[in-house]
Amino acid sequence: MADIIRVERVAKRFGTFMALEGADLHISEGEFICLIGASGCGKSTLLRIIAGFETATDGHVFVGGREVSGPGPDRGMVFQDYGLFPWLSVRDNIGFGPAARGLKKPQVRETVDRFIDMVGLAKFADSYPHQLSGGMKQRVAIARVLANNARVVLMDEPFGALDAMTRERLQDELLEIWARTNLTVIFVTHAIEEAILLADRVVAMAPGPGRIVSQTQIQLERPRDVSSIAFNELRRTLSAQLHR
Amino acid sequence: MKRFVLAIAVPGLLLLAWWLGTRGLEYSLIPPPMDVATEMVDLAVGGINDDAFSNMLWTNLLASSSRVYGAFLLAACLALPLGMMIGRLSVARDLLDPMFQMLRPVPVTAWLPLSMIVFGLGPKSAFFLVALGAFYPILVNTIFGVRAVEPRLFEAAAMLGTKPAAMFPRVVLPAALPSIFTGLRLGLGFSWVVIVVGEMTGVPTGLGAMIMDARQLSRTEIIIDGMIVIGAAGYISDRLVMALGRRLLRWSPQHG
Repeated sequence: MADIIRVERVAKRFGTFMALEGADLHISEGEFICLIGASGCGKSTLLRIIAGFETATDGHVFVGGREVSGPGPDRGMVFQDYGLFPWLSVRDNIGFGPAARGLKKPQVRETVDRFIDMVGLAKFADSYPHQLSGGMKQRVAIARVLANNARVVLMDEPFGALDAMTRERLQDELLEIWARTNLTVIFVTHAIEEAILLADRVVAMAPGPGRIVSQTQIQLERPRDVSSIAFNELRRTLSAQLHR
Repeated sequence: MKRFVLAIAVPGLLLLAWWLGTRGLEYSLIPPPMDVATEMVDLAVGGINDDAFSNMLWTNLLASSSRVYGAFLLAACLALPLGMMIGRLSVARDLLDPMFQMLRPVPVTAWLPLSMIVFGLGPKSAFFLVALGAFYPILVNTIFGVRAVEPRLFEAAAMLGTKPAAMFPRVVLPAALPSIFTGLRLGLGFSWVVIVVGEMTGVPTGLGAMIMDARQLSRTEIIIDGMIVIGAAGYISDRLVMALGRRLLRWSPQHG
């Protein structure tokens, strides 16, 4: 499989603070990657550089063979605080990207209908974000990047603000969508368990300066059992790497 | 129903106090409520006193309303684009913001003499004062609205493929709408305050003119009627704007 994302010697400095140093990361199409680490390890910075919201002080990022020079619809971002447009209904939030790309109204509508069903929000199509629960808002946020044909989905602690039950549901739904769509996902989290549950590969990062310390393939078969022995072994190994 | 009763309880008590305080007095500087009510009927339909004020209420109300809405629209046409530019373009901000910040504390009434010199004694001057009064609330709230857009929304729009040129209509404007709306509402309310001041000198018609004429003739009941009509007109006008806002801002938890 070809690498859809190549991160080469990427560094980011904020003033004198080294947020990220010499990060190298190659990601294949369809891979599910989790970036994990303590706060200040540069995981969000790396994600935002891939998204094009920050420019690297040094190094290069290529997505689909082209160097990243700014945000674009090929890389959808899902934020922890949702970032939904409060003045648009669920339907119009999901249709925002297709409309921004100049699709005709019937096509936008058709696209929206498909993805609104995919995340199970058909009944809430005409609701506004402030009327939705956190889990529903995050479903809308996921649907709108999928509706925009993003090949890469970047997720910045997307389930961090949700309660445990909702988080588990959304993790399952995300895996299901991922399995169906051949998306490439980069998922930032600080929860080791979440990373092992979701990822094909866990990329561990450490602070001072922010850097990648290890990459671990997760070979466990899905659906994964968080209480299995193999799962807990991985958890111990990763935990040791992160606290070294 | 309960809310309606509560809403009229205090005004009802004040009315009662007014009635008790003026009852049976031969020479009262404040006319009793019944005189004020009778005069209101005469102002509205005539047939009671048949003097210069009879049946003139609608003419005066129309004159004042058209000045209020005309001047308000003019103020909005100037303040909205200026506010958007000052809020989003640093050149416009550096160029205009300090000036408006200095001019804003000057009360509208302080402009009256100067406005009479520039626009002459009469309706034009009143129109200018109302427009000036409505201008600042609209300007200030528009600037605030377009500046206070959450940065996250720009990121969200950018990653969904919004071009920089499309950010203003697709993100800034809708995000600023609640603030802009607050500005318009305050501006229109203030217009009704200023109109009376504007019409008090050298204007033949209007509610302010009616009040001033009545003052010179010591017709206090007409003054009170004028106050009541201005209050009612301002109130209805505010309700209309609010209804419009509820339609446009259904999405906003503070409005909808």
